[in-house]
Amino acid sequence: MAGRILTEVAIVGGGLVGCSTALHFARRRVPCVLLEAERCGAHASGVNYGGIRIQGRALAELPLAERARRRWGRLDRIVGADGEFRATGHLRIARDEAEAATLERWALEAARHGVRCELLPAEVLRSRFPWLGEGFAAASYCPDDGQANPRIVTPLFARTAREEGATILEGRAVVSIERTSRGFLLRAEPELEVEARVLVNAAGAWGTAIAAMLGEHLPSEPIAPNMLVSEPLPFKIEPNIGMAGPGIYLRQVPSGSVVFGGGRGSVDLERRRCRPLFATSLSTIEEACRVVPELARASIIRTWAGIEGRTPDDLPVIGPSTVVPGLFHAFGFSGHGFMLAPAVGIVLVELVLDGHSATSLEGLSPSRSTSVPAIPATT
Amino acid sequence: MVKSDPLVVVVGAGPAGMAAARTLVEGGLRPLVLDKQPAPGGRMWQQPAGSRQPCGLPGHDAETAERARKEFLDLAERIDWYPGTTVVDATRGRLWAMGPGGEVDETSWDALLVAAGALDRVVPLPGWTLPGVYTLGGAQTALKALGCAVGRRVGFLGTGPLLWLAAAQHLVAGVEVAVVADTSRWTGAMRALPDLLADRARLALGLRCLRMLRGAGVPIRRGIRAAAIEGGENVTGIALATRRGPRRFACDAVAIGVGLVPQTQLLDLLDAPFDLDAESGVWLPRADRAGRTPVEKVFVAGDGARPLGAAAAALSGERAALAILEDIGRPFDRDRAARLERDLERHVRFARGLARAFPFPAGLEAGIASDTVVCRCEGVAAGAITAAVRAFGCHEVNAVKALTRCGMGRCQGRLCGLAAARIAAVTAGVALAEAGRLRAQAPIEPLPARVRRTAPDAVA
Ligand SMILES: Cc1cc2nc3c(=O)[nH]c(=O)nc-3n(C[C@H](O)[C@H](O)[C@H](O)COP(=O)(O)OP(=O)(O)OC[C@H]3O[C@@H](n4cnc5c(N)ncnc54)[C@H](O)[C@@H]3O)c2cc1C
Ligand SMILES: Cc1cc2nc3c(=O)[nH]c(=O)nc-3n(C[C@H](O)[C@H](O)[C@H](O)COP(=O)(O)OP(=O)(O)OC[C@H]3O[C@@H](n4cnc5c(N)ncnc54)[C@H](O)[C@@H]3O)c2cc1C
Repeated sequence: MAGRILTEVAIVGGGLVGCSTALHFARRRVPCVLLEAERCGAHASGVNYGGIRIQGRALAELPLAERARRRWGRLDRIVGADGEFRATGHLRIARDEAEAATLERWALEAARHGVRCELLPAEVLRSRFPWLGEGFAAASYCPDDGQANPRIVTPLFARTAREEGATILEGRAVVSIERTSRGFLLRAEPELEVEARVLVNAAGAWGTAIAAMLGEHLPSEPIAPNMLVSEPLPFKIEPNIGMAGPGIYLRQVPSGSVVFGGGRGSVDLERRRCRPLFATSLSTIEEACRVVPELARASIIRTWAGIEGRTPDDLPVIGPSTVVPGLFHAFGFSGHGFMLAPAVGIVLVELVLDGHSATSLEGLSPSRSTSVPAIPATT
Repeated sequence: MVKSDPLVVVVGAGPAGMAAARTLVEGGLRPLVLDKQPAPGGRMWQQPAGSRQPCGLPGHDAETAERARKEFLDLAERIDWYPGTTVVDATRGRLWAMGPGGEVDETSWDALLVAAGALDRVVPLPGWTLPGVYTLGGAQTALKALGCAVGRRVGFLGTGPLLWLAAAQHLVAGVEVAVVADTSRWTGAMRALPDLLADRARLALGLRCLRMLRGAGVPIRRGIRAAAIEGGENVTGIALATRRGPRRFACDAVAIGVGLVPQTQLLDLLDAPFDLDAESGVWLPRADRAGRTPVEKVFVAGDGARPLGAAAAALSGERAALAILEDIGRPFDRDRAARLERDLERHVRFARGLARAFPFPAGLEAGIASDTVVCRCEGVAAGAITAAVRAFGCHEVNAVKALTRCGMGRCQGRLCGLAAARIAAVTAGVALAEAGRLRAQAPIEPLPARVRRTAPDAVA
């Protein structure tokens, strides 16, 4: 498909954010072209941990997260399959009193938003979750959280978007963007030009670079969360598990394998490559065995990493550019955007076509000051 | 682990790794040699556990084996030798290895020689996951290293010199051979003859095996077009579609194999490039005649570079060691290097002959029935691959893996990766190269979660 395409909306990036945006433009009958450098879901959206949780999120993300959660619950009606989403609950574990206090504070705020969150004192932990290791200070449990299969969700969105009329081009890397009288002219490799009135930057860890092509400075650094999976163990662990502070996250899939992560691998943004680091894997294994001692009986069969953009305040940048009219950003999800993405697409489409969305993006817009104190990125 | 300067690490102590270690010592270095097996010798020179007796089977060159092994053990004072140690991950300049006690250790390296050997290749067939089905190498290992047979009446199915060799070895060991069923045809062997003459000794060995099998009245079927392994709780027989119609052979075990695939996971983790060998559908690591990969200071030798057999493996190990000496600025013998390359040429020619005599049965692989299991670790059937390719319009094998779990299990796609790529390519109607190859991911071997890092002071 060499040549030039004229369209209404161009989307850069075929992760879950870009694909769900394309789907909703198509549903509103707006011509759009999505350009993906590799394959839809090749990066963060396809290789992440698969945690679908509201628990522990920054307050600014809650309106978006709640809308996303409703959409996860009816994914089959949106993309024709459930993406293996299960509301298994999410258990957040405190290792000491300070972390226990964090849980309490968050549970209070959550209650104000109507999010169900149960605080669990140390005494009940082992009777309720017999597989849990000893010595934890407290935990909190959100029954409506869960997990999904990241490997299939983005392909499902891409396929449905195509079926509904979006043009999704894989293997097309955008190398330059210019402003024109009509809007934007994108040049992609191999040979393709796309001219569009509106541009959506959904380029994940490369979002900062795309913004820079149009002279906008929106900082993020690439990170590569480090992941592991064990061979199958008898199935026991129902909820998705995370820590109140920085630390591991862990879930068991129905086949019995335990998927877990923690720490970082190495990343080379230019070459679009990342890899897990063995040293990180070793310390993650050790910590995971403290949380689920039975894991020590299994073997680790695979490790991997994925490339994600992390902003200075660990919050995504979502909304209209403050410098370039017609440009909209949605990137920098800082390690927790898989859960949000199904809502990000529809909210962006509302912003572009209606000029506003019922879902508040306060605190997430590109115009926010990023001097907010950083909160730890937990997945 | 010990640190000498510069530190050359050799992974694998088969014929290739042993020859390399010796050559490096001659060049004044003290290499670090790691092998996951408890004793040196690699795939070729396995012997019954605890036995001092060479096993005396055809194709087992006991004399050469013993000499090479003894030479290697004589080097013990001048190398750092870690048996029972598996390399599980590597990056530029560093690698991670797991010792016999499950402890992991990190070491740096200045040059790395990967001499990791090859693995049996199989084509998934109906019934190949039944108890009683082994790879040719598995059956051989039982015979050579454990001194027992996989069954009382064993059928041999596939193609390649190893098929015939393994059958003959079983015969000599007193096992009844139910059938030797080969997908290749006599006509190919005839055309291959000029190239096969490049190694008369191995040609003679092959013919000897054939004569032995014939002499013992073993049924031989060639030109097999389709095959199924039958049974319930255990294998009961093989059903074949031959040019003369269907045939059945009763047996209680089956050994299958269609050639060898280099073990290249380590090179893959080091970002080494690969090229598709169109005839066999195998991705071979890119390397020059000396075994240099395009990755700086990373070398490859032996069957892990290209399966050419034990003698060639030793030659290429020696050649790669000379290249290492050259690249780290040590004196080396240019004439010797040239001679080795010339000798290797002969083995390359012989291998070309073998490839012609025993072509890879691509038709069998392309035609895998939709209910045949391709990935046994995850229980993924061919139909699931076809369905994913059709539903999502993808054909790249890593994408197929993500959608279907094919290749995600314990063996990390070592057994099913090539078949999955073929099925995806055929379904999508694209060239095999476009399906790509499954990328390796650390750890190369399953890593017990109770592993512990060796105390920091022991780390180089
Ligand atoms: C290992 C890991 C674990 C995670 N776990 C979780 C979790 O459990 N829960 C959760 O909610 N979140 C998790 N996240 C975060 C989540 O995966 C991301 O926030 C989310 O997927 C981001 O989606 P995206 O579409 O913005 O980015 P991506 O999926 O990275 O997509 C961006 C796409 O843009 C393409 N692109 C970039 N530049 C160009 C260009 N110039 N031209 C064309 N295309 C381009 C890229 O190829 C890429 O496919 C995790 C992330 C990682 C890496
Ligand atoms: C299944 C099979 C059966 C064969 N049968 C015969 C036969 O009967 N007759 C015959 O002439 N030839 C046979 N061959 C061929 C012959 O064995 C090889 O040509 C020869 O052994 C190749 O030598 P090599 O040094 O390249 O590899 P190998 O001899 O295979 O040695 C490689 C060594 O590397 C080690 N290794 C691999 N990965 C790692 C790692 N990550 N960490 C640590 N160590 C590692 C292995 O344990 C092994 O000891 C067979 C080959 C195979 C694969």
